[in-house]
Amino acid sequence: MNAILMAVPGFHGPQTPLDPAGPQALQIEHTLFLIFWITSIVTAIVFAVLASGVLRQHAKGEMPPAFEVDPRTERRATWAVGTAIGITVVLLFIMMISSFITSHRTAVLAKSASLSINVYGHEWWWEIEYPNEDQPNLIVRSANEIHVPAGTVVDIHGTSRDVIHSFWAPNIHGKKDLLPGYWNDLTLEVDKPGTWRGQCAEFCGLQHAHMAFNIVAESREDFDRWYLGQLKPAAEPQSPQAMHGREVFLSHPCVMCHTVRGTTASARVGPDLTHVAGRSTIGAGTLVNDRGNLKEWVANAQTFKPGSRMPPNPMPANDLSDLVAYLETLQ
Amino acid sequence: MRCFQGLGLALLLLIFAGCKRERRVFDPGTSGATPASATVLNEVSAGQAPPQRAPLAYQQSAYTVAEGKRLYQAYNCIGCHAQGGGAIGPALMDSVWIYGSSLEQIHSTIVQGRPNGMPSFAGKVPDYQVWEIASYVRSMSGLLPSYVAPSRSDHMSATVPESAKEKEHPGQENKQPVEGPKP
Repeated sequence: MNAILMAVPGFHGPQTPLDPAGPQALQIEHTLFLIFWITSIVTAIVFAVLASGVLRQHAKGEMPPAFEVDPRTERRATWAVGTAIGITVVLLFIMMISSFITSHRTAVLAKSASLSINVYGHEWWWEIEYPNEDQPNLIVRSANEIHVPAGTVVDIHGTSRDVIHSFWAPNIHGKKDLLPGYWNDLTLEVDKPGTWRGQCAEFCGLQHAHMAFNIVAESREDFDRWYLGQLKPAAEPQSPQAMHGREVFLSHPCVMCHTVRGTTASARVGPDLTHVAGRSTIGAGTLVNDRGNLKEWVANAQTFKPGSRMPPNPMPANDLSDLVAYLETLQ
Repeated sequence: MRCFQGLGLALLLLIFAGCKRERRVFDPGTSGATPASATVLNEVSAGQAPPQRAPLAYQQSAYTVAEGKRLYQAYNCIGCHAQGGGAIGPALMDSVWIYGSSLEQIHSTIVQGRPNGMPSFAGKVPDYQVWEIASYVRSMSGLLPSYVAPSRSDHMSATVPESAKEKEHPGQENKQPVEGPKP
């Protein structure tokens, strides 16, 4: 039966709870299907009994006399209703116990978390931070893309910088609200390597729908390589276009909001751009990160995401293409 | 009857007057989005006169004031002026205005910079955002009309909303108190 469901579009993909990529989503899916099948079968039986009763009475073609009580029918009815209530109670208990077991199995994972990631919700993007209390030089900051080693239990430590957001990657786990001034924890584990999409699940303003993130699960070696790459400051531009692009970046309003480590730009209002070219999307999952989109986004982000905090940046065409050439060197 | 008609018309006008207050312009067009520029004030240049007249949109909208409040924090105005109370820089919530209290004068103070510490933000901030910050600076001492000052923040805030701030009457523009040379 599950095989039939899997063939329907929407039942598998990077953003659905029906295609689990980790043990917790698998548990949740089990409970989901258990409840789905119990309630579907009960609904089918109830409607079948109802339909048969209506059709039988309809076939007789007469209204039954009121309050005519036959003791035998009465006894049968008592038995039938009593059995139905008994079965209902048992089924509800089965669903409740299944829900308990799921809650326990997803929660017990928190004890074995070996990697902690801070997530800050912003209007309308995600700030990602790999903290390191002992060695601040090993802190990595990124945006809208969370890299995790596959098979490792990760603790997502989240809060909000403005309004309430909700962190939700349906293939991996349930939702967790990010509240301003309060920290919430969500433990998760991704088993299948790949890119899984998440979305803000609490209405947070005009561009709530354009507030997505990716969870990239990769092997331990790939993760370590990525992490070491993120620690490096921005690469020195080599081509004359990229060198001029950096001048444009540092002499325009970009520096009021963005950081590029290794340069004087160090504002924390918008996403850290030190390794922006290594990310697959821009504008929190709004656009694919390629040269054309980057150009349009820098020139006027308001056409894609009206109300976002990125102001339009009118500038001469060659300045813009050099700027984008520079951004593309930030691997 | 005539009286009711007049009342209805007045109410209708009032409703339309309220519309602009919440109007949100996300893309101010090329002229507003270019970085604000002006001759930077320094030892050589005496700066230039402030712009003639602020764009009307920035004098009537509660949204621009709320945006200005956000940018005031984001662009680190609070680093020197605190939440208006002043620290390294002068207080902004009192009735003392060294370089003028009009929207245009505040705009040119931000863009040109001022002696003894106020840096110039020419070329760094889009023009429309400078207007937004300037209108927020005015709201801090209650200089905005009550139909413009926001009654709530777009963001969480523990401070008094701008519309509830007591209006200060600067009257004659106060001169900066000049102290004698220190020994």
